[in-house]
Amino acid sequence: MTIHAMNSNLSVPEQPAQRILECEKVNVFYGDYRAVTDVNMAFGQNEITALIGPSGCGKSTLLRSLNRMNDLIDGARTEGLVTLHGENLYDKEVDPIAVRRRIGMVFQKPNPFPKSIYDNIAYGPRVLGMKPSSMDDLVEETLTRAALWDEVKDKLKQSAFGLSGGQQQRLCIARTIAVQPEIILMDEPCSALDPIATSRIEDLMRELREDYTIVIVTHNMQQAARVADRTAFFTALQDETTGNRTGVLVEYDKTTKIFEDPSDQRTEDYISGRFG
Amino acid sequence: MAFSNMSLGGQIQKASLKGRVRGSESSAKSITFLILLWLGLLIAFSVLLVLIVTTLLDGYTRLDARIFTNYPSANPEKAGLRPAILGSLWVIGTVAVLTIPLGVAAALHLEEFANKHNRFNRFIELNVQNLAAVPSIVYGLLALGTLTLIGVKEKNIVLGGAVALSMLVLPVIVISTREALRAVPMEIRQGSLALGATPLQTAFRQTLPSAVPGIATGSILALSRALGEAAPLLVLGALVFVRFDPNGLLSGYTTMPIQIFNWTSRPQPEFHVLAAAASIVLLAILIAMNAVAIIIRNRYQRRW
Amino acid sequence: MSTLAPSRGSASGSTRGTGSLKTKISKPGERVVLIVLRLAAALTVVITIGIIVALLLPSIQFFAEVPIFEFLFGTRWAPRFADASFGVIPLVTATAWTTGIALLVAIPLGLGAAIFLSEYAHPNLRKTLKPILELLAGIPTVVFGLFALQFVQAVVFKQWLNLDTGAFSVLAAGVVMGVMIVPTIASISEDAMSAVPQSMRQGSAALGANRMQTTVKVVFPAALSGILAAIVLGISRGVGETMIVAMAAGGQAQIVTNPLDQGQTMTGFIANAALGDSRVGSIEYNTLFAVGLLLFVITLIINYISIRVVRKFREAY
Repeated sequence: MTIHAMNSNLSVPEQPAQRILECEKVNVFYGDYRAVTDVNMAFGQNEITALIGPSGCGKSTLLRSLNRMNDLIDGARTEGLVTLHGENLYDKEVDPIAVRRRIGMVFQKPNPFPKSIYDNIAYGPRVLGMKPSSMDDLVEETLTRAALWDEVKDKLKQSAFGLSGGQQQRLCIARTIAVQPEIILMDEPCSALDPIATSRIEDLMRELREDYTIVIVTHNMQQAARVADRTAFFTALQDETTGNRTGVLVEYDKTTKIFEDPSDQRTEDYISGRFG
Repeated sequence: MAFSNMSLGGQIQKASLKGRVRGSESSAKSITFLILLWLGLLIAFSVLLVLIVTTLLDGYTRLDARIFTNYPSANPEKAGLRPAILGSLWVIGTVAVLTIPLGVAAALHLEEFANKHNRFNRFIELNVQNLAAVPSIVYGLLALGTLTLIGVKEKNIVLGGAVALSMLVLPVIVISTREALRAVPMEIRQGSLALGATPLQTAFRQTLPSAVPGIATGSILALSRALGEAAPLLVLGALVFVRFDPNGLLSGYTTMPIQIFNWTSRPQPEFHVLAAAASIVLLAILIAMNAVAIIIRNRYQRRW
Repeated sequence: MSTLAPSRGSASGSTRGTGSLKTKISKPGERVVLIVLRLAAALTVVITIGIIVALLLPSIQFFAEVPIFEFLFGTRWAPRFADASFGVIPLVTATAWTTGIALLVAIPLGLGAAIFLSEYAHPNLRKTLKPILELLAGIPTVVFGLFALQFVQAVVFKQWLNLDTGAFSVLAAGVVMGVMIVPTIASISEDAMSAVPQSMRQGSAALGANRMQTTVKVVFPAALSGILAAIVLGISRGVGETMIVAMAAGGQAQIVTNPLDQGQTMTGFIANAALGDSRVGSIEYNTLFAVGLLLFVITLIINYISIRVVRKFREAY
């Protein structure tokens, strides 16, 4: 099976033109267990970067270290540098909340708040103390941006739980862009959705790319090929002495390169379905 | 199993699936077991039913306006429950004001903010569990000892009783609130934190509101327990012959359970009828409170 | 956020942050709230310390007058007599009787009801019965006390069964206490059994086990920690229960040998003694706290055992 990168945007530069977020020797530990080892990579501004690889390769763990969501897990620890515009996210003086305001996250399972659709969007701006001239306009603008307005404009006051799974996930994306982050992290955002809902989210990602930098973890290689400008392939390496498995970055390149002419045998095996 | 019908050819004829199998659902053992279970349920419910029925039968003749309007009296014909009802309201109201905010705050700390590996926090958790198992009368002794220590002479005041009962129900509220908070899925908290909300904002704007039905249920059940409780107040010498309406936190008082206890211990049978009538009033209030709590839980129970 | 990015053509006046990540976010108000929450949690420890201090101070005075050995092992309890004697054994035996009888009633009834509700009852029946059970758990103990004294003792034992007993008996108090504990044991055990995953039952059924076998050999052991916790809770409620015994078990402190006799439990003594206004600092006053301390220590031990047992038997599924 061969997958061709279907991203029409062929003008992706060889290297990210503007490096918005960079990882330098990033290691993530859960207690004594090292889940991710020595990742070095840079994410380009206004690009979509996909993280792919077999289960247990540490891609979700790495993603969660990019906005310090890992801080919420007991015993999780990140070493190395993760820099946003050159500023280390893990600097002692950096408040993880400040990081998350700049780097938003969309989760695997749609997780709308048990509130109305309107309040789901307004929640972020309210808690961040944003003072929009009109909250109604902000909500409308955000929902329009997330291509959800037409579907929900007549039921803004209804519970978000009444929406379909795909709509809920787009609401979660809308909720994230309402607070105007620079980067949106997506952790397998379509794994709980049907193909039609998935394709709508992919369309949305391509649109959002103009204003946002997106990093997506996906199990679905076709999805990476369809939406990502760059793709990073991770795999799990087994430590010969301890037997522990740890995630390593194998290859990171333009999506077309990864899918059509990978330089590493392991990438090729994975892409062609021989492994994973 | 019925392997007896072997055919001559030495082949095992398959036993019919309809045959009686040892250990089937309809075996004697199984049926006896089921009957015993039924009996357990039946006896438990019928005794409790008898309790309610006998209380009703004993008390209904005296369940009239006098019970609600009159003050206690040496004459059973004139005696009523008025100050006890008002006393119970004062005490429970004070308990609610003292314990619900404190209990919810403590539960929020333990469930949402405390570092679970911190020894002190683990000690607090264990301590709350222990407190919930301390006999109610010990809380009466605690209040008595404390009031004595700080030099309060009149211990039968609304505030004293309320403090004793508050300490009794605080662990219950902490435990039920923690359970309600724990039932709120992690995804809600993560969604909020990922937007850049602070942990405190997340707790107060997402987690706590989602847990309100569970907290309400737990709090009502805890308050109803305090309302029916007599032992700690007995130790504090809650006045049983109160001929005035309690009118403040420092006022003398009696409560419904105390009044029932007092009437029961009088020799005249008329007072026993009065005790039964007062029990009906108390039962009605408590069952109504518990029913509200259960309805809230069942209606708002969200299946995440 | 300190720096406002230029509005990106948005009517809403966006505040896309491009300032330093080191901008302080947490407001001082938040710290205060967190400290308040922490203090509320710490208050529970203050209550425990309060209990210990409140019980210990008068108890120390008590034990200065009465040797601790005489208190714990003495067989005559007569604190108000001229030749006062402070042997707590009579109170302890009465407590053991009422609690033991209560458990004999409550464990079979409670577990039977729980197993029936969890394993046999139709979901609709269970949905109706469980709330009723919980409703019954809310009946106040004075009402149980009244029932024990006026109906169980006076009518059932004396009139119907014609038993040789007085106005009070340890048996009446114990039986009614047992009935009182049934909803607690049933409700908690039912929760524990319902929490056993369906897959375990299906696995057992697939091996050809019937419901009884599945219940007894699979569900019951799997739920054992919860069931034991329910029983232990029942024990500690029995030991600490005051009103039923104060009303129905009688006020005479004696070593109980026959359940039809009356007897004063530890809690019964505290309740009765508190009624007779004791002068602060007097031996009568201090006696209350010494007995309270013993009661507290006993429930603490029971609770400790409960926590250990639950940990030991907890089946990971």
